[in-house]
Amino acid sequence: MAVTEVKAGIYAAGIDPEQIAGRIKEHFPEQVIEVTNHRDQVSVIIKKDQSVAILRYLHDDPHLSFDHLNDLTAVDWSSKKEVRFEVVYNLMSLKYRHRIRIKAQVPENNAKIGTVVPIWAGADWHERECYDLFGIEFVGHPDLRRILMPEDWEGYPLRKDYPLKGPDFEKDWPGFVEVVKRSQELKEFEWDD
Amino acid sequence: MIKMEEPEKIFETRELNVNMGPQHPATHGVLRVVLDLDGETIVRLTPYVGYLHRGLEKLGESLSYFQALPLTDRMDYVSAMSNNIGYCVAVEKLCGIEAPPRAKFIRTIVGELSRISNHLLWLATHALDIGAMTVFLYCFREREWILDLFEMVSGARLTITYPRIGGVRNDISQEFIDSTVKFLEEFPSRILEYETLIDQNRIWLQRTVGIGVISAEEAINWGMTGPTLRGSGIPYDIRKYMPYDAYDQVEFEVPIGTAGDTYDRYRCRMLELRQSIKIIKQCLDKLPEGPVMADEPKFVLPPKDKMLPITHPTDMAYFIIEKACKGCGMCLRACPAKAITGEKKKPHVIDQSLCLQCSTCFTTCKFKSMTVVPGGKGLSDEKLAELAVPPEQLPEDIKEAQQNLIRQFDFIKKGPRVPEGDVYVATEVPKGELGFYFVSDGSSKPYRMRLRSPSFIHAGCLSRLSIGHLVADVIANIGTIDIVLGECDR
Repeated sequence: MAVTEVKAGIYAAGIDPEQIAGRIKEHFPEQVIEVTNHRDQVSVIIKKDQSVAILRYLHDDPHLSFDHLNDLTAVDWSSKKEVRFEVVYNLMSLKYRHRIRIKAQVPENNAKIGTVVPIWAGADWHERECYDLFGIEFVGHPDLRRILMPEDWEGYPLRKDYPLKGPDFEKDWPGFVEVVKRSQELKEFEWDD
Repeated sequence: MIKMEEPEKIFETRELNVNMGPQHPATHGVLRVVLDLDGETIVRLTPYVGYLHRGLEKLGESLSYFQALPLTDRMDYVSAMSNNIGYCVAVEKLCGIEAPPRAKFIRTIVGELSRISNHLLWLATHALDIGAMTVFLYCFREREWILDLFEMVSGARLTITYPRIGGVRNDISQEFIDSTVKFLEEFPSRILEYETLIDQNRIWLQRTVGIGVISAEEAINWGMTGPTLRGSGIPYDIRKYMPYDAYDQVEFEVPIGTAGDTYDRYRCRMLELRQSIKIIKQCLDKLPEGPVMADEPKFVLPPKDKMLPITHPTDMAYFIIEKACKGCGMCLRACPAKAITGEKKKPHVIDQSLCLQCSTCFTTCKFKSMTVVPGGKGLSDEKLAELAVPPEQLPEDIKEAQQNLIRQFDFIKKGPRVPEGDVYVATEVPKGELGFYFVSDGSSKPYRMRLRSPSFIHAGCLSRLSIGHLVADVIANIGTIDIVLGECDR
């Protein structure tokens, strides 16, 4: 129960992310589409078919050991790219202190990808949110329901073709119109001094 | 004859389904939890979130980068300053700029003050939920002091928006430094006060020790961060792993627990308070001189004291040079006071009695016919015509002030263009890891703004922590993961 304080600077140095990308290419040569580097952050764009196997490899390999799923989200490229959706995994290794970003391409007509909940339990709610806001189905997810939006909501709000404002955004709230009408009716009963 | 029922049928046991929230005071916001109970033991726990969903990610995509900054206050309103800093650090990384050293130190100071205020509010409500009323009042006494400090530095207490992309809004005053030093002297004795009340309290120990135990491997697997993870013995602190702001220039330690229960997480946060004091003290000692905003004309707003109407507020007059004016009507349409008159393709005239000296016309004119006459206020039109010089012969400081004003207009109307690419930047907010994932398509608005909030992940762990415990322990578990639903639902 006692709490100890640890000194800083004890963390092991990690592998260069470019090398990690190279290892993924080695193991899954046909799955990697592109490796990009922006501001020292390396992203590996992969096909979705083997995505779970690749992520399982990244998690289980003792030299990579990506044990922490920082973030799981999606990007809707609309018509900007050939494949509409990208599911983005931001991974981190607490042991080696290195990071990598995996992007799996998911086409619109078959918006399905394998679940990673068996690998990282924390992916549960991330995937539910992704399904809720983007409409991407995670095959094998234990409990795939909407999470932030109401259960009976129609449409997927974070898709680019979903409008920012509702159709009645500019109109007055109907309750307010009623209140104004009622106050007009009751005007004759106003208190005089 | 009375017919007796079989005794098994009378004493039939079944699971009880209990709904808790969303308006329950102990759920720290609008969290709804559905409990399946066997007696008083929890068999199943299903949290429902989303009552505070405002679509911040969608909103962020419709606003330019610096317009979206106040939205981050509304995420974790308990420690708004940390959220602002996280956002600014992320956008700076995306733009490839860096804040000046003084701004970095100031951010570190206010960030740690925010951490203290968050932990105080956490301790207050957590103790109140478990049944210690006195701690609540003591913690709010000190939190009030910190909010006063925030008011001193930014004018606001709760939703602050003090940091900016590329620095902080304004420099800190000596009054703020003095008051902070006084607070730091006083505060360690106040921590002891709280600890005297609950640290060895038998009721507190019974309610927290061995409750919500999670092992280190499992905590990592569930994606926990911050003090919630460190309670299980993993020294994962982004301030050490990937230092931002001035954290690489100060010395501090990362407290970790061993058992991974509610009590250890409480101890971690109490020790973090002491580390925060240490950090702020070092920052105040090392505080360098210099500017507080980066000199990056592409991404940072021009300084307000070097902009046209402010540099010469009272004594100047605007004048249209008759020869150069083509009568295009741009200034006529732009003038908010309707002081400019004239027909199309004929020289326009300014009515000096109506002019507000806002310099809108000065920045819109494309034919270099509009000029400024310093000290020309109150003079007649003939006199002004004598004094007026073409805009390219004006003094340098007025020219610069005009350029700054034009830049300001561009910024507010369009927003700065950010290079194409994507970054994920995480910062250590009091609740854990706050991550921002930006995708930029080269325009002035983010193509995708993703907020990875620690409360959302931790709320997802609630069922893991609570199953097998009693109903009363759900309250302790909601307290120990330190969630704010504004951040959870975004």
